[in-house]
Amino acid sequence: MKIKINNKEFDCKKGEVILDVALRNGIKIPAVCRHSDLEPQNSCRLCLIEIKGKGIYTSCSTKVENGMEVTTESAEIKRLRRVNLELLFAQHIEQCNECNWSYKCRLLKLAKNYNIKITKFNDRKKGFPTHQFGPSIIFDSSKCIDCKNCIAMCQKQGVGFLEIKQKDGFFCTVSNKEKECVYCGQCITHCPSGAFEEVSSIKEVENVLKKGNVIFQFAPAIRSSIGEEFGLPYGSITTGKLVTALKKLGAKKVFDVSFSADITTIEEGKELIERLSKNKNLPMFTSCCPSWVRYVEVYRPELIKHLTSVRSPHIILGGLIKMSEDNPIVVSIMPCTSKKYEVTREELMIDGVKPVDYVLTTREIGRMIRKNKIDFDQLEESELDYPWGEPTGAGVIYGASGGVMESALRTVYQKMTGKRLKDINLKAVRGLKGVKEAEIEIGKRKVKVAIINGLGNIEGFDYKKYDYIEVMACPGGCIGGGGQPIPINNEIRKKRAESLYNIDKKKKIRQAHENPFVEKAYKEYLNNKKIIHKICHTTYGNNKNK
Amino acid sequence: MDILEKLKASELKGRGGGAFSTALKWELVKKAKGKNKYVICNASEGEPNVFKDKYILDNYLPDVINGINLAVDFIKAKDAYIYLNKNYNLKGSVGKCIVFKKTSGYIGGEETAAVEAIEGKRAEPRIKPPFLTEVGLFNCPTLMNNVETFYYVSKIDKGEYNKTRFYSINGDVSNEGVYELPIDMPIFDILKQTGNYPDFDFFAQVGGGASGEIMLPQELKVPAFGAGSITIYNKKTTDIYALMEKWAEFFHTGNCDKCTPCREGAFRIYEMIKNRDINYEVLDDIFFNLKKSSFCALGRSIPLPFESLIKKVK
Ligand code: SF4
Ligand code: SF4
Ligand code: SF4
Ligand code: FES
Repeated sequence: MKIKINNKEFDCKKGEVILDVALRNGIKIPAVCRHSDLEPQNSCRLCLIEIKGKGIYTSCSTKVENGMEVTTESAEIKRLRRVNLELLFAQHIEQCNECNWSYKCRLLKLAKNYNIKITKFNDRKKGFPTHQFGPSIIFDSSKCIDCKNCIAMCQKQGVGFLEIKQKDGFFCTVSNKEKECVYCGQCITHCPSGAFEEVSSIKEVENVLKKGNVIFQFAPAIRSSIGEEFGLPYGSITTGKLVTALKKLGAKKVFDVSFSADITTIEEGKELIERLSKNKNLPMFTSCCPSWVRYVEVYRPELIKHLTSVRSPHIILGGLIKMSEDNPIVVSIMPCTSKKYEVTREELMIDGVKPVDYVLTTREIGRMIRKNKIDFDQLEESELDYPWGEPTGAGVIYGASGGVMESALRTVYQKMTGKRLKDINLKAVRGLKGVKEAEIEIGKRKVKVAIINGLGNIEGFDYKKYDYIEVMACPGGCIGGGGQPIPINNEIRKKRAESLYNIDKKKKIRQAHENPFVEKAYKEYLNNKKIIHKICHTTYGNNKNK
Repeated sequence: MDILEKLKASELKGRGGGAFSTALKWELVKKAKGKNKYVICNASEGEPNVFKDKYILDNYLPDVINGINLAVDFIKAKDAYIYLNKNYNLKGSVGKCIVFKKTSGYIGGEETAAVEAIEGKRAEPRIKPPFLTEVGLFNCPTLMNNVETFYYVSKIDKGEYNKTRFYSINGDVSNEGVYELPIDMPIFDILKQTGNYPDFDFFAQVGGGASGEIMLPQELKVPAFGAGSITIYNKKTTDIYALMEKWAEFFHTGNCDKCTPCREGAFRIYEMIKNRDINYEVLDDIFFNLKKSSFCALGRSIPLPFESLIKKVK
């Protein structure tokens, strides 16, 4: 099929919308409310184009037809976009310094390009309230431009915490008092106006940094996304630069949570083998995604007994750091807003001490680095600190959907058969499909596994057929986490994940149980059952209404 | 002659305001493929000064139901719904029809929004295409007609149709009411014949009490259009700003708030008029965007009453 845009012919496929054809071919059309994860909302009315013989249409929702002739710029289109922009700003209270979009803001860029006065109208939403959902999410309704993406995304997540209510002549985005938020932060990454954001811990971290005993640990998924905070291409791997930047901010040491992902893998592997041998509480579900755990506790308590008791990697490493360092303050840098909630869970305390003191999202650490005028791209690369700085490939791929499963299977296979998996690249569990499944023969047993990529896919899923299931609330896994740089879409998720798999491919050691530092940890710290239990395992079920 | 032939011969057009050929619509749904099919009678009548559907339901319910049943038989529908204005009550049997009381405002009467509402969702218009005739209620081909249309379907089937329609007449008149008169009768004649032609200087709003066009006495040589309402305003005693404020409030509170020009535009129109502080340049910008960039027909129809009033009466 072919269409003409601005008098040039382009190939396109049936079912595509005009906007996608234009963008693919480098033709710019402003589109603010469109998110490729969701059905078009048709809300902002900026993506207007003219179809010859038919008139003005929105390109985000109008499908191509063979021979269609489209114009993307004209005096009329310009006027329409200008006025709609003015009207959008009339309801949006700008707080650009603190905003998740800040220098990447499409609205501000458009305001400049279209030369509009953003203060033409008085602010209709002046004084509109700010809401906080648990320790993770902030919703400043005075910034909202009513596109409803957050509501659609929350529904897609199977939560439905956000909804529309009529107030003073307007339909507004509100939270449903009967429901609970699971803190996945997908509303944040799908909001075009910065109305949703994380509860910030920047101030607290700045304060403790002055004391000099702060240890940073960062999640597997950060290394391939943090660069975006400084304008680097999607998927850039900047592990060494990040270490340097964190040292400049005043970190005493910097550790890698991929390392403790290897410990999670080993502990979870042990538990799976035990459950398989006893055929008890199968399938076993992963538990390193706190939004998933919260979802189970609030909405599916019958699944609690299926969750592995193993703690998530940064909690385990936090515990190790607290054991091995002198009076440290542990700050986790996470792709996730839900980790802010996770660290408040009381059953994770070790003898009254929190394993992790603060959590910053990728975006927050990006903001701190920018605020300190550190030129990230120009930084030298530094090594991670000894001894918790050397992960295996298995630990790194934890950041992508399917990664936990792949790491676990590599190790479980070895433990159960005494042999190495022939091809440790388990391609079937990788990728962005919402539900993935595989069956592998381990010794005499056929182990059936599934991966739920995006929380909404668990609804109606027939889990009983499987032995082991990974669930990540965020589409794509942590590389698409609610704390990650925006924008996020499938193309970007792919690039971030690819980079992690490339690291894995190049690593000499790619299996958790072969990590010499893991051995060290078990020898020197985790050397009896009681301690292992304390540092590496937890319980569920007491957190319904937090 | 089967019902379709009769509809074709009658040249009946939809009486909800859209004036789409009824025979054609029926044919489209009949031909559409789907697991099930549905019939919906739109009785949401949500605009001020339009009350002819209520009149028909109160007085001729059996004919309306007969019209619906003819449609059910013709397209082999699984169910038929009556999508009813929440303030209306049906006095009499509705047969097998399912009555759904509409809950949301003006926008709830838009046909795709009505379908969303019956499906249990928020009454918000859908993107078209696909049209309801292909993908309607529960994703099945759906035939939606207005109350008056179904009434006339019944009349046509019985051979009792004389090319008439129902007019709601009110405002500064002595004989407010609903009248059944020929479809092509000029407004001037309608007013004369019903004893409602004013003996004072006036203007009329035709086709809907909010979205209808303002017409001056010398313009009334044409038939009525839209939902067939005629509202008379005494030019001397009518406060046109108060009138515009009423419309503006109606649109601002009755729309669905989905798209920027309608949500924000209707609000700003209301704000300027309420404060009697109208910037005509801004107003013109907003009208332009409403007409050209609104998501649905409701938004696109907002400027007409204001523009015609400002041009002709102010
Ligand atoms: S979205 Fe954020 S950066 Fe953009 S104008 Fe609004 S407050 Fe400013
Ligand atoms: S964090 Fe997740 S569950 Fe909570 S409002 Fe946002 S999308 Fe919904
Ligand atoms: S909060 Fe953001 S995503 Fe939600 S409706 Fe408002 S602008 Fe859209
Ligand atoms: S991007 Fe098309 S209407 Fe917003």
